[in-house]
Formats: sequence, C-alpha cells, structure tokens
Amino acid sequence: MLTGFFFMLREGGLKPSITELLTLLDAMKQGLAGYSVEDFYFLSRSCLVKDETKFDRFDRIFAAHFHGIEDAFKSLAGEVPDDWLQKQAELYLSDEERAQIEAMGGFEELMKALQERLQEQDERHEGGSKWIGTAGTSPFGAYGYNPEGVRIGQDGSRHRRATKVWDRREYKNLDDSLELGTRNIKIALRKLRKFAREGAADQLDLDDTIDKTARNAGLLDIRMIPERHNAVKVLLVLDIGGSMDDHVRVCEELFSASRTEFKHLEYFYFHNFIYESLWKDNRRRQAERIPTAEITHKYGPDYKLVFVGDATMSPYEIVYAGGSVEHWNEEPGAVWIKRLLDAYPKAIWLNPEPERRWDFTPSVKLTRDLMDDRMFPLTLAGLDLGIKSLH
Amino acid sequence: MTERKFTGTDSYIATDDLKMAMNAAVTLERPILIKGEPGTGKTQLAIEVAKSLGKPLFEWHIKSTTKAQQGLYDYDAVARLRDSQLGDDRVHDIGNYIVRGKIWDAFANEEQPILLIDEIDKADIEFPNDLLQELDRMEFFVYETKELVKARNRPIVIITSNNEKELPDAFLRRCFFHYIKFPDRETMQQIVSVHYPKLKQNLLAEALNAFYKVRDVRGLKKKPSTSELLDWIKLLVAEDIPPEALRPGDARKAIPPLYGALLKNEQDVHLFEQLVFLDRRSNQ
Repeated sequence: MLTGFFFMLREGGLKPSITELLTLLDAMKQGLAGYSVEDFYFLSRSCLVKDETKFDRFDRIFAAHFHGIEDAFKSLAGEVPDDWLQKQAELYLSDEERAQIEAMGGFEELMKALQERLQEQDERHEGGSKWIGTAGTSPFGAYGYNPEGVRIGQDGSRHRRATKVWDRREYKNLDDSLELGTRNIKIALRKLRKFAREGAADQLDLDDTIDKTARNAGLLDIRMIPERHNAVKVLLVLDIGGSMDDHVRVCEELFSASRTEFKHLEYFYFHNFIYESLWKDNRRRQAERIPTAEITHKYGPDYKLVFVGDATMSPYEIVYAGGSVEHWNEEPGAVWIKRLLDAYPKAIWLNPEPERRWDFTPSVKLTRDLMDDRMFPLTLAGLDLGIKSLH
Repeated sequence: MTERKFTGTDSYIATDDLKMAMNAAVTLERPILIKGEPGTGKTQLAIEVAKSLGKPLFEWHIKSTTKAQQGLYDYDAVARLRDSQLGDDRVHDIGNYIVRGKIWDAFANEEQPILLIDEIDKADIEFPNDLLQELDRMEFFVYETKELVKARNRPIVIITSNNEKELPDAFLRRCFFHYIKFPDRETMQQIVSVHYPKLKQNLLAEALNAFYKVRDVRGLKKKPSTSELLDWIKLLVAEDIPPEALRPGDARKAIPPLYGALLKNEQDVHLFEQLVFLDRRSNQ
C-alpha cells in the first residue's frame, strides 16, 4: 500500500531501501501506528529517513503525498469535524467578509489555495498581492488587511495540535543545501582525511611484537611503530575583495575550519583571477607577492588544490593578456590556471554563488570549462561532492 | 505488548516522536540511532528506558581508539605469553585468556537487556560496519575457541551519535533513527519541573527567559543546552538568587548571575559581555 509513497520519496531524492520499507510495514503490522496520522508520520520518518538534514524534504513529500488522507484517520477516531472549525472561524467575520470568502470559493477553497501557494513559494516575502508573507494584500500571511487572510508564521501562542506537524517544516534550516557553519564544514572536510604513519616510532606494535617474540623462541622482542597522522596536504587559493565581499562570512568559515582540520594547509589570495603572482597577507598585497611559479615548485603534486571564488568578472580578465583589472599581466589568466592544474591534478573550484546563477555569467562558464567541470557550490552538499572528486 | 511501552519517566520528558521511534525499536527488536546536539539527553535516554522497562543496562562508551572487536571479546595475548614464560598451567586453555566485551555480556544476560553504544561517531569510520552482522543476527563467532555466541534474548540496542562522522548507509539501513531537536519553551518547562518540582514559578520563567536569550546570541561557539540549563538552575537555587536578579534591564546585573554554568568558553563570555554592554547603551 505504501509503494506509491516509497517511490515518491525516491524520486524526491531520499534513498530509502526496500529493507527499510519492509521494516515500516512490519512495524505497522504490529499496530504501532494504527490510530493517528501523526503517529504514522513519526514512525515512517524514523524508519525511512536516517539523516536530520533530509527531514525537511521528507516533510514536503509527506504533505504532498498524503494530502487529504488525515481526513480518513479523523473519521476513524472521531475527531473535531471541519464544520465546527469553520463555524468558529465565521464567528469572527462580518457578513461582508463572509461574502468575500464565498467569492473565493469558500473556506475549504481558501485552505487549499494556501497549500498550493506554500508549495510554489519557498522564499520569505513581503508586500505584493499573491505570495504569502507579511504586510501584503494576499489572503495569506501575517499583519495583512485582506479580510479572508490566513495567518502564517506569526509569533505568539499557537495551539500546537492545530498545525499539522509535517506542514510546519520545523527542520527547514537543516537542509544541507544551505550555507554552512564551521562545525559542519569541519565534519565535511574530515572526509578528506587520509591517515598515514609518519615520524618517530613511539607506539607499541603489539601484533608485530608478539610475532617477533614467537619467532624469537619466546624471548620478548619489543617492536615500535609511528603514530597515525592525517597526511592530507591542501593548497587553498581564495579570491578576495570586489564581488567576493558578499561571501566573506562563508569563506571565513571555510578557512577557519580547514585551518584546524589540516596540518598541511597552505593558503594564498588572489583578486578575481589567478595570474603570475599571489599573496599571503592582504595588507601587504602589493609589497609581498609570491610568484605563482614558485608555488608550483615549492609544493609537490601530492597537494590538493582548492580554489574558492565566485568567478564573476569580465571574460577579458580570463582570456586576454593585460585583462587584469589591477595590473598589466603579460600572459592571460587562462594560461596560469592551466599551469596550476597541470602541477596539481587533484583540484576543485568552490563557488559561493548559488549554482542556478552560474549559467548567466559567461566568466563562470569559462572558468568551469578551464576546470574541466570541477566547480562545486560552496554548500555542505557541494563540499561533499567536491571532496569526493579530490580523492 | 502494551506493558512494554516506553512513555517517558517521572524524571525524563519524551516527546511524541521520540516515544514512537523508541517503541518501534523495542517492538521490532531493532537498534535505534539517536542523534542530537550535545547535552540534549541522548545518553540519559538509555538509562531512563532501562528504568522504565525494568531491564538491565549495559553501557559501552566509545573512544577514538575503540575497535569493534573489543565489544565482543579481547584475546589477552600478553597475559598468556607471560604465563607461558612462568610455566603456569592455565596457558594450555586459550579460553582463560578470552576477556568478554560489553556485547557478549549483553548477549549472555538471562533477561532481555538494554545495550547502550554511546557516541559511536567517536570511533574509526569502519567501526559501525564491523558491527553490522553482530547487531543484525545478534550472534558472533569466537575464533580462538571455535565457539558461536548467540544472544539469549535480542537486546534493545540504543546507539548515540554527535554527528562528528557520517555513518555508513548499510549500518543506517538496519536502525531506526531519531533526531532529538532542541526542546521548545513548553517542553523545556516540563523538563525543568520534573528535575526541580519545588522551583518557584517566577524564578523558572525568568531563568528560561534569560536562557533562551543567551541561546539566541549569534555567533556563540557552544550554545548552552538542556544539561547546562539544569546545572545553572541548580546553582541559582543553591545560591538563593531572587528572580528579579535575572530580569533584563537591571543595570547592576547585566549578565545573568553564575553565567559560568551556561557559557563554557572565554570567547563566548567575552562576546556576550560586549553585546550586553551595547544593549545597555542603546537602552539608555
């Protein structure tokens, strides 16, 4: 009976397995969620979703699929009838207002229209006459002056039972396509870890000691081994200034997270695009420049190269000599990035601009081509994908 | 089945979704994975479930060096080696050097136990995968003695995670999942009142006000959680702080008294002091 729901979840990007579906069916057979749709919602979420960042997505699919089904549960359990609710609402409306509601198709229509708009709309909205938000003339939203208005998202005491749990979408700020905090970044970066034994031998290698002792006819032969360290090496190259000012916070977070996460981390700055030199200290960017060629000499090909930048500029800055906005560059930026990519085969570009805007900026497309498509959005999900391609 | 239901205890408030997930795990005898912010009572849950269902509890706390094998058993090779050099007779029976782990203990228990695997994300990334078979079939094989250990009663396994590492899919597929979200004011009020039933209402209200205000400060390194709130209230009661002292606008005590229980690192305290200072200036 739940196969429709199951496939809808899979289409929606959640990946529940058949075992999980069978577990859910088994739990229902045992009568765990027999009497209310809310119980069923909790049970199915617990069985099918194993990651709290996916709860919001689950809530939306659940609401879309089980639209109307709660009525069926109600008739079983004998809950408050809709008529009564409607009456209560009408108590507070004048005749004129009631006529306007009728004009829109009645109370039920109003609630349904609300649902539909919630599905269409996903951003905060103020003013205007259609979308849900504050201070508008739309029938839905807070502090508005449409008489048939339905209040949404106003603070203050709400009877918690009145809202359907999945429609509240409490988990919405946990979805992993949102911008991230340092702790989340650290966890994402951890996937890049690669442990190796290096340095002084200061730990007892028990297995080897036993083996050697046994071979030594039972006389103790102690063997030592170096401790495990994270051996990943990272070169972080960050765009700074100009259009990047909008993204300072997320870049800072990425930067501070990577500083604590990697022992071998080298970072450099550039402005708009990479040319013959980079710098390490923004205050002294004119005085202390480091030639890009020196970097490729100094750090071996085992380093992983991570660019961070919005790649938003005039295309001339990439493809022409002398295209840089700050100085006269003898060779175009495209040549320099090629050299870096030749030196470091493992490289990605993280872009703080939302992915949907990339196609509208020619320079982003150019950079992406230069990077062989290894450009990822600077979100948790993007970081995950990026790190995978670094392995 | 009804008498085996977990409904929270007089010292632990469980939300509806938590009860549902927990009861599903108990009924189907599958492991349940609990995630959530530090200090929201993940570990406490196992203790309370054991208390409420009247079952014995086995706790296995995981560290970064813990291996899955240690939960099953350890073969103490060094002791055997030493005994062999001293000519001890015990050395001939390898069974003398097998040390039981927590999982074995739980499997061998007479009645159905509860097994807590605490902070599974601390361990190596392969750790959960190494336990798949054991948790699925509730049996394992001891190679040294060629013995198959099977659970007498399938234990109720509660696993907690702080989200430091992602857990493998194959492992997740076998568990129920629950995310303890930070309690809202109403739930928090219930939680505090089960811990301090004699607390004055106005002190509680003021304390919660101050607490949620501190939590709302942006940019804190570690937000105070339920356990910190409970500690703080305990201190407030012990020091006999009047509710008025917690009210904002009291210029003499801009920072909540005994804030050390809520804010646990100096950058946070510093940030908070600055904000309070700015706030006070703008109010004047």
